[in-house]
Amino acid sequence: MSSMSKRITFHLALVLCGALIGMQARADSGAEQLSRYESQIGRSGQPEQGRLFFISKHGGEWSCASCHTENPKAEGKHARTDHVLDPMAPSMNPKRFTNAAKTEKWFKRSCNDVLSRECTPEEKADVLAWLITQ
Amino acid sequence: MKPNHIVIGAWFVLGALAGIPWAANAATAAAQTRYVQECSACHIAYPPKMLPAESWKHLLGGLNQHFGNDASLDAATTREISDWLMAHGGGFRNDRERPPEDRITRSAWFVRQHGEIRPTVWRRAAVHGPSNCAACHREASDGHFSEDDVHIPK
Repeated sequence: MSSMSKRITFHLALVLCGALIGMQARADSGAEQLSRYESQIGRSGQPEQGRLFFISKHGGEWSCASCHTENPKAEGKHARTDHVLDPMAPSMNPKRFTNAAKTEKWFKRSCNDVLSRECTPEEKADVLAWLITQ
Repeated sequence: MKPNHIVIGAWFVLGALAGIPWAANAATAAAQTRYVQECSACHIAYPPKMLPAESWKHLLGGLNQHFGNDASLDAATTREISDWLMAHGGGFRNDRERPPEDRITRSAWFVRQHGEIRPTVWRRAAVHGPSNCAACHREASDGHFSEDDVHIPK
């Protein structure tokens, strides 16, 4: 390989690395997270199913709405600590669902608190489909 | 080896050694930031010295059942925060004993300091129990608990 083509290859590799890092850093969105759940389960998220899931107690003490209220555009309040919770709807709170790891962290915690188990990808898709369209 | 190689080598070693405490400090600062960020999502980031290291160890080992809620974190974050709390925990008012249930509010010093607070005050909606420091200690989230800053809401 000539030194010129080596140099070009090196520069191309740099650009590629930069692009990969840029893709990682790019903010995620609720719609993108929803589409990942949808491709996992092979169907669309059902907003009405999601709403019903959100307001139901599932046999336990709490529903999602016990802390978040039944209105995703409203502020919530933690049922135990009284801690104020920002609205769940991205239309009111643009920071919602911009980080997939954070979404997963809170699904795991909140589903365990409400249902005593983790949520299925179907349930997450439905809830997300409802929340991001409010 | 030429003399100037030795000089360069010496500078290199010196630089690397100087970098060790710097890197350690940076890691400590990052862990502290992570502690505040993760824990204050739900409550104030309690000053680590308010619980002995042994209590922090148990709390961080059971985050999936954290006083009635799942507060679990991924393994790497749990370890980072746990190590930082273990290094900075304990010693508050010379109280080193693990309080019952690892609750700050059941530490001997806490009970002593709050002896004059009537049970009805803790039950006020605006107070919401002894774990809610900031209800009365208005600068609690900055780590200030001076008696001069106390304001008990009605």
